[in-house]
Amino acid sequence: MADLILEMKNITKLYPGVKALDDVNLQVERGEIHALVGENGAGKSTLMKVLSGTIPHGEYTGQIIYNGEECEFNAIHDSEKKGIVIIHQELALIPELTIAENMFLGNERKNGFGKINWSETFKQADVQMKRVGLKEKPTVMIKDIGTGKQQLVEIAKALSKNVKLLILDEPTSSLNEEDSKMLLDMLLDFKKEGLTSIIITHKLNEVAYCADKITVLRDGSTIETMENPDHNIDEERIIKGMVGRELSNRYPSREHNVQNEVLFECKDWTVYHPVYTEKCMDDKISFHVNRGEIVGFSGLQGAGRTELAMSLFGKSYGSHITGQEFIKGQEVHLKNENDAIAHGLAYVTEDRKVNGLVLDDTIARNTTMAKMSKIANNGIINVMEENKAAEDYVKAMKTKTPSIHQNVGNLSGGNQQKVLLSKWMFAEPDVLFLDEPTRGIDVGAKYEIYCIMNDMVSQGKAVVMISSELPELLGMCDRIYVMNEGRMVGEFSAAEATQEKIMSSILSSDKKAN
Amino acid sequence: MNFKTFIKKYTMVIALIVVFIFFSFLTGGKLVKAQNISNLLLQNAYVLIMACGMLLCILTGGNVDLSVGSTLCLSAALAAKMLNIGQPPIVAILVSMVVAAVIGIWQGYLIGYIHIPPFICTLAGMFLFRGLARVVLSSKTISIQNDSYLNLFTSYITIPGLDDPTNNKCTSALVIGIIVAVILTIATLTNRISQAKRGYDVGSAAGAIFKLAIIDVLIIAYSFKLSQYKGVPVMLIWILIVVLIFAFVTSSTVFGRYFYAVGGNEKATKLSGIDPRKVYFWAYFLMSFLAGLSGLLMGARIGSVDGNMGNSFEMDAIASCFIGGASAYGGSGTVPGIMIGALLLGVINQGMSIYGLPDQWQYVVKGAVLLAAVVFDVVSNHKTGKS
Repeated sequence: MADLILEMKNITKLYPGVKALDDVNLQVERGEIHALVGENGAGKSTLMKVLSGTIPHGEYTGQIIYNGEECEFNAIHDSEKKGIVIIHQELALIPELTIAENMFLGNERKNGFGKINWSETFKQADVQMKRVGLKEKPTVMIKDIGTGKQQLVEIAKALSKNVKLLILDEPTSSLNEEDSKMLLDMLLDFKKEGLTSIIITHKLNEVAYCADKITVLRDGSTIETMENPDHNIDEERIIKGMVGRELSNRYPSREHNVQNEVLFECKDWTVYHPVYTEKCMDDKISFHVNRGEIVGFSGLQGAGRTELAMSLFGKSYGSHITGQEFIKGQEVHLKNENDAIAHGLAYVTEDRKVNGLVLDDTIARNTTMAKMSKIANNGIINVMEENKAAEDYVKAMKTKTPSIHQNVGNLSGGNQQKVLLSKWMFAEPDVLFLDEPTRGIDVGAKYEIYCIMNDMVSQGKAVVMISSELPELLGMCDRIYVMNEGRMVGEFSAAEATQEKIMSSILSSDKKAN
Repeated sequence: MNFKTFIKKYTMVIALIVVFIFFSFLTGGKLVKAQNISNLLLQNAYVLIMACGMLLCILTGGNVDLSVGSTLCLSAALAAKMLNIGQPPIVAILVSMVVAAVIGIWQGYLIGYIHIPPFICTLAGMFLFRGLARVVLSSKTISIQNDSYLNLFTSYITIPGLDDPTNNKCTSALVIGIIVAVILTIATLTNRISQAKRGYDVGSAAGAIFKLAIIDVLIIAYSFKLSQYKGVPVMLIWILIVVLIFAFVTSSTVFGRYFYAVGGNEKATKLSGIDPRKVYFWAYFLMSFLAGLSGLLMGARIGSVDGNMGNSFEMDAIASCFIGGASAYGGSGTVPGIMIGALLLGVINQGMSIYGLPDQWQYVVKGAVLLAAVVFDVVSNHKTGKS
């Protein structure tokens, strides 16, 4: 009999009209790393909400048995007391407080009168920070450290709560490959010390790398639990469980018909940081993209790719911007975003919730936002026209929604991304900058987004795709540029590009810089 | 639409009806007397007009304009002063409106382009313009005696032969009401038919006709009441012009859509090619402009202007918006909604006054109603948001 730390039995959770969880079972052994995978909307997050007490006892049916006793959690506080700690995808840290203050937030080291004992706080913070390999001082503000390190602070915070079962929801979604690997190795180290973890992720290579067992959820039900003792499980095998069919090809095939006409080009494009104006973000970048071409931009975080795309898009980022920008061979001087849209550019942001969509507004109104003039006469909106346009895009993009009047915030990540793409397709651009277009969405939705990209180029548009996932770039692009720390360090055609070549051009440029 | 969503959608309308019936009984029917019905809108003209501007400010992200009471006072004071020194009404109106527009440009620029927090900027404006108004008035009360000015805002439409104001029989009001109802019916139906012809989904016919019928009945009933007391007031026309323009702009124009977009997600709006600075500018510009107009109306209605005029009127406008369902975080709220909010507040005010509830208790009731409306809104949205 295996030593189970956690057993969730017959968990069912109903939302009005939807069965989010249907008789789900999950067994987690003490000291293992257990991966929870499934498409968006499969119920992974809901299941973890039940476990952590975010969904209180009574609002679901079924049993949670933890350490051999049945538990009824009514709030996060209850589950944390037992050593179950959840780290959400959106980090819950306060930027204006220090690392130590964040670590002990709500759990302060204090004396009987409520006065915070700072020396004790810093001492304990130091101990936990060493365990996760953070070399910062505990008095550094959260806003002054990068996302990767913030993730480590979250883990240190969990450790300070004496965690027995750590749940990580998409911990690597905003990390680059190097930081991701570091994080996973750390989990493997903690495993040796006896910590049990549940990890929710879309990145199947990470699942194969670190998980001992993999439970697949689909449409609110448990499909299967796979063993992965040698950490070499076939990714296709997992995908089969997730989507319920063999995805024979993860990247749709298309005819490569790059035309000779250069649609967009920039020369010696240089951008400085908007606040720290002496810091150069992009240094004399030149590149071009032809009609019918998908061009990829590879690089680590901080390579300056997003900054490049945004500054080209009507100077929506940066200061002291210099260089030349050409659209269809004509040099342009774009004053603002509106100007950029009018000239046929579109920038689809990497952060759809913060920079892309109005979450509290409907699909219809989001769809037309970047070019309302198309559905208006003399500034008066034709709502019927707008609804029709939105319906058309919902159909074309296969967006899953009960109605175009649904608020975008209620959709799953993949469907939100489709609305965001709809919005920019509606603006009828010639050149699309797609910044991490498949971040945080499942394989099925990814495939559909790739198909949409192929449609765009077959219509004679040009696509510039920024991505941190090398396989995706290799699978989709006609040409790949490689950037590192604000400089262009390589360019490969689809035929010659490999993961090794791209990584080595990044690493060798690092050496040169040093 | 099931029962629950119906209740949720029309909560404030139902509340308005319930409160209206409640006070009608409480005051022994005095509330529904023709004179009181007629005065209900006139007394609240400034709230109805300023709430339209306040909605724009609130839409941009829950921001408010605290200076409007003072701007109203300054505008009224300037008009009174101009008339007092013998200027014709047109000059008085122009001076007031130009000053209100300059205030709007000033605050809109500071808030939109210099990024001064609206709360602080308009708090400063509240003191500044109150003070300036008192300077204009030399801290005295100035009465307005220019008849053509007063007529422009406070007279009633009378058609000789049709109307007999002395006996409170103004048939013209009823005729106007019926004409408006007929035009509204024809316009709605033809619009619906043409949209259906072009293949758009227009929703259920029964629901639309039922709604139209209720609105028609209300218009005719209201005009019937007006016909029993002096007829259609000119001020009602001023109110309707502003409210209809703002209802149209916010619901049906690209310009109006910008306010919702900025309040919903400013960064996404900017990346969609819309300049949020302009949106802030226009919100505060239009707000001050409407405050100026309200000053003209108030001055004419009261017949005199003193340094305390418009005190805490900004709060009435803000309260109307929030009672009427505007989100305290911005991005949602409609003109019809806030009109219901303003009317609800107005009915409560007038009902309590007629009933003779002491002033101090009127404040307590108003505060409780505002709180209840917002709590209800937040709680019910929270519940549906989860599902």
